[in-house]
Amino acid sequence: MFAPYLLDGWIVATLVALATGFAGFFVVLRREAFAAHALPMAAFPGAAAAALFGLAQFAGLTAAALFGVLLLLWLKRGQRNDAATALALAALLGLGALFLSLSGRYANAVYGLLFGQVFATGPADIPPALALAILVPLTLGLLFRPLLLGALSPDLARLRGLDGAWSNVAFLAILAMAASFALPVTGALLVFSLMTGPAGAACALARSPRAALLLSIALALALIWAALALSILTGWPAGFFTGVLASALYLAARIRRTARPARQSRGSV
Amino acid sequence: MLDGFFASGVVQNALLISGAAAFLSGIIGVFTVLRGQSFAGHALADVSSAGGALSLLLGINSMLGFFGLGLLGSLGLAGRRRGDSDLAAGILLGAGLGFTALLLHFAVSMRGVSGAAVTVMFGSLFSAPPGAGFLVLASACVGFLVLIAIHRPLLLASLNEELAILRGAKTRLLAGLFLVLLALAVTLSAMSVGAILSTALLIGPSAAALRLTRRPFAAMALAAILGVACSWGGVALAYASYNWTPGRVWPVSFFITACILLTYAASSWRRA
Repeated sequence: MFAPYLLDGWIVATLVALATGFAGFFVVLRREAFAAHALPMAAFPGAAAAALFGLAQFAGLTAAALFGVLLLLWLKRGQRNDAATALALAALLGLGALFLSLSGRYANAVYGLLFGQVFATGPADIPPALALAILVPLTLGLLFRPLLLGALSPDLARLRGLDGAWSNVAFLAILAMAASFALPVTGALLVFSLMTGPAGAACALARSPRAALLLSIALALALIWAALALSILTGWPAGFFTGVLASALYLAARIRRTARPARQSRGSV
Repeated sequence: MLDGFFASGVVQNALLISGAAAFLSGIIGVFTVLRGQSFAGHALADVSSAGGALSLLLGINSMLGFFGLGLLGSLGLAGRRRGDSDLAAGILLGAGLGFTALLLHFAVSMRGVSGAAVTVMFGSLFSAPPGAGFLVLASACVGFLVLIAIHRPLLLASLNEELAILRGAKTRLLAGLFLVLLALAVTLSAMSVGAILSTALLIGPSAAALRLTRRPFAAMALAAILGVACSWGGVALAYASYNWTPGRVWPVSFFITACILLTYAASSWRRA
């Protein structure tokens, strides 16, 4: 299970889970689940454009992620939140379909981009994952107070002079970046599961924001490790276990919470 | 060239599928946007993709697969309060995509279906089986008739739920029925532009129409017209693209999506 050629996969997945567990807490808190599903789709045009124009994948992913955020912000100006997100998602996927087709690697690349191929990762994938695991907690840690207050009590945040608009833009940008770097592990679709499943469960169970954050990271790590181990044991794709286990985890936490509702009031979300 | 376009059986089939899907999705989409259920619609699409993958694996009709799983998904979403439905949609979506990953993996490894992920997720309009056009058209008609039957209370419930309850409308039953219709619209769109792009057909034309007019019925008619026009324009452009890059056709799903998004951008520009 820990054979040398699998080791890079384990390391990258661990680093990615650290970052997504952290980011996921804010996704759940700020109710941005749909955005967390739509923005990773930027990885599609990003990776395909990088292949098409011969750029480094890192550059293509970053550019596309920022493009996705700008697109989402522009669409949100004149549209209901959910419809704007749906439109951004469609635009990113449509562009991705074109670039993939033009770059001529259509059929082979699509499965990996959608669902990830964690055991195809190599030593080259470790530095970006490491940067992600450091930068996401760092920036979100710096924005902790405005993000938390903006989510729990927008009025109070405004009263304290915390600018909600900018912290929101920064948050979406971090979300998009995190999703791009998670691409090799979970693909564009299942990064959503890794972000919202553990974080949703943690927010349903923990009593304080800090406890929820720590629990979210711990659950994300447990989830990805379980998915990798099961994938190696069965030979089935890791994406299947990530998606199904994340949903099961969240469902179990919700059921547990409704079973003892009286003790859950302060700070839980 | 135009003679060749309309004479081709493949193109006729594509026009029939994409037109019927866009028609129903445009109308259902207006309700979806009004009810704020875009995420639910997308979640159903993602769940239905597992059905598409299953049908490839078993070699059965793909519409049956898409709709079967879509229906299952709408049962999972039914009966939720509106605030809770985002969470339920998230659970469904994650689990559905997990199964899609597994079934596509099996479809490729056991049956050797090449390009399975592209077929299910991004559509295969030009390689749809010959009879599929009429099946999609018939399903769209059935969906449209059901919608006509419930459109008045459904519209009221979508705009003002309290008022609808006061008037004696069974809002939970309506919400459930609407989810089934949503699953049908998503299924037909998945036949046209693929499961994850079906959201473009569902939300794009209706969001554009709702920017141009505030009257619900006008918006539905406009959304259906815009959707059908974009779909047919997309099919025509994809057909023409064969001449741009010799020997290769650009993906038709891209053209349909691009037409829809340009329409939306134009509608918001006009409004501004």
